[in-house]
Parts: sequence; C-alpha cells; structure tokens
Amino acid sequence: MNQTVYAAALVGVAALCTLLTRALPFVLLGGKKELSPRMQAVSRTLPAAVMALLVIYCLRGTGFAAPAQWLPAFAGVAATAALHVWKRSELLSIGGGTLCYMLLLRLL
Amino acid sequence: MKEFRFALRRTVPVLCGYVFLGLAFGLLLQQAGFGPVWALGISTLVYAGSMQFVLVDLLKAGVGLLSCALMTLSVNSRHIFYGVSFVEKFRQFGAARPYLIFSLTDETYSLLCSLKIPAGLREKPVYLWIALLDQLWWVSGSVLGAALGQIIPFDLTGIDFAMTALFVTIFTEQWLTAKDHFPALFGLGCGAAALLLLGPDRFLIPALAAAAAGLWLRQSRTTREEAAP
Repeated sequence: MNQTVYAAALVGVAALCTLLTRALPFVLLGGKKELSPRMQAVSRTLPAAVMALLVIYCLRGTGFAAPAQWLPAFAGVAATAALHVWKRSELLSIGGGTLCYMLLLRLL
Repeated sequence: MKEFRFALRRTVPVLCGYVFLGLAFGLLLQQAGFGPVWALGISTLVYAGSMQFVLVDLLKAGVGLLSCALMTLSVNSRHIFYGVSFVEKFRQFGAARPYLIFSLTDETYSLLCSLKIPAGLREKPVYLWIALLDQLWWVSGSVLGAALGQIIPFDLTGIDFAMTALFVTIFTEQWLTAKDHFPALFGLGCGAAALLLLGPDRFLIPALAAAAAGLWLRQSRTTREEAAP
C-alpha cells in the first residue's frame, strides 16, 4: 500500500475509534428517556472518583528508588492542593504547583 | 463575548498543558517523518492526547488497521465513563452536541465537570468555547512542534505538570465543596488498589469500572434506605 494512503487510513481508524469511545455513553443512555434516578446519582458522584483516578494516572510512572524521582511530583501535588485550600484561586494553585515541580526537578 | 472571556480564563491551565504536550507530540511526529500538515490533521480529527503518542509508534511500526483499532479502543476506553456525567446536560445543546461529545478529552471533561457559570452568562456558548479553545491549544502546540522541530528556545522541562496540577486543583475544589467525601475517597482507594495489583500500564480501566460499579451499588443501597419507613 502507498505510504501516504496507509498513514491516512491509520489516522482515520484512530479518529473513528476515539469518537466511538466518547459517543458510546450518549448512544446507550442518551435516548429520549431521562436517566433513572440511580444513574443520575452515579453521573453526579463519578467525577470526584474520576478526578482522583486521573491524579493517580498522572503519577503512575513515578519511581521510588531515590527522592529525586518522587519528591518533585509529590511536592508539586502537595503545593497545588495546599495553595488551593488557602486561596481557592485555580490559576495560583496550578501555577504555584507547577513552578514548585519545575524548580525541584532542577535542584534535586 | 462575556462567555468567551470567561471560557478563555478557564482554559488557561489547559493552554499550558496542551501547548507543551502538543509540542512534544508534533516533535515526535516530525521525527517519524510526518510534517505540520499531518500534525494538523491528526490533532483535529483524532484529538486524543495519549492516543496520539501511541499513534506515532503505530505509524512507525506500520501495524495493521485492526491492531490500530484495538489499540485505540483500549487506550481511550476511559472516555466511556466520562460521557455518563453529561448525557442529561448535552441534551439541551442541539447542534453543538456532536462537537461537545467528540471533543470530550480528559481536560475538557475536567473543566466542564468543575464549571460554575456566573449569573448572566449563557451556558451553551461557555461549554462550546471551552471545548473549542482547548482543541485550539492542542492543535496549535502540535503544529508548532512539527514545524519547529528541535528549536525550542528555553528549557521548559516539567511544564506539562500543569495537567497534573489541574486535576489536583479540581479534586481539591470538589473536596472543599462536597458534603459527601465517599466518591473521592473511593476513587483514591480503587486507584491505589488497582495500581498495586495491576501495575501502571493496566490499572486505569479496571479502577474506573470498579469506582463506577461501587458508586452504583452504594446508590441503590441509599435509595432503598431512604425509601424504607
């Protein structure tokens, strides 16, 4: 197969399959009928669990052999959360946490 | 216009994360022999961060279409859990609904979940602008990366931590707002247990499934208790 056609086909397949995973809940649950009260409650509570999982997902590759491997990420997370509890300003929390991470990455 | 400004402010953290992750993607793509036009096409049509990094490897390896399909479905299967929270909300959005579904990445999902729209702003344009701007940041970063190649003027290693910090901030905000901390703690528990049992490459989907199932079961129990005399 021609190289460009092959690459385009591969991109097309990846695009379609990505869309499929995103559209699936809407196809399954998005008909005219309202969600059941139980499903509505799950849809309200799930984001908190997902956010916890996404944080773990971001940190999943962290090594623990030396402090330089895990300290920047964990200090960055702690700084972000602490700043947020203190000021509750999203940009300050994210900016401060990221800065803390980048500094420790260079210092350790 | 007020809606646009509000949305722009909300997407700044994603801008930091997406532009730099996009740059990294564009750079890898360029090294694999695909230029800015490919970066534009892939980031516009596929629009899935981690999957696009995998896609570069698949393109290089020359895998078959079926393997690519299976790989995409498994890497992106976490998205199946995201839509559940927006099935009711997106109903009201008419013609904007297909795009909002298509563009529901981890980051856009997180911003939309945590959205508190001030009084006086219309909901639909806020949702749509957030989704569009997020994709614009991602596309810009990847095209830039593919066009510039290696010439990036400063050492920005670690700036993509902004993405982790975004999730931590939303988690913290939800924690401070919520009366019921069970879903957050249960999510942490499922994630930690799955990570220890299954390892970093395979833990996410089982953990998501366990969290969704657990919340469902708990809900049925509380509903029954409330219904009991």
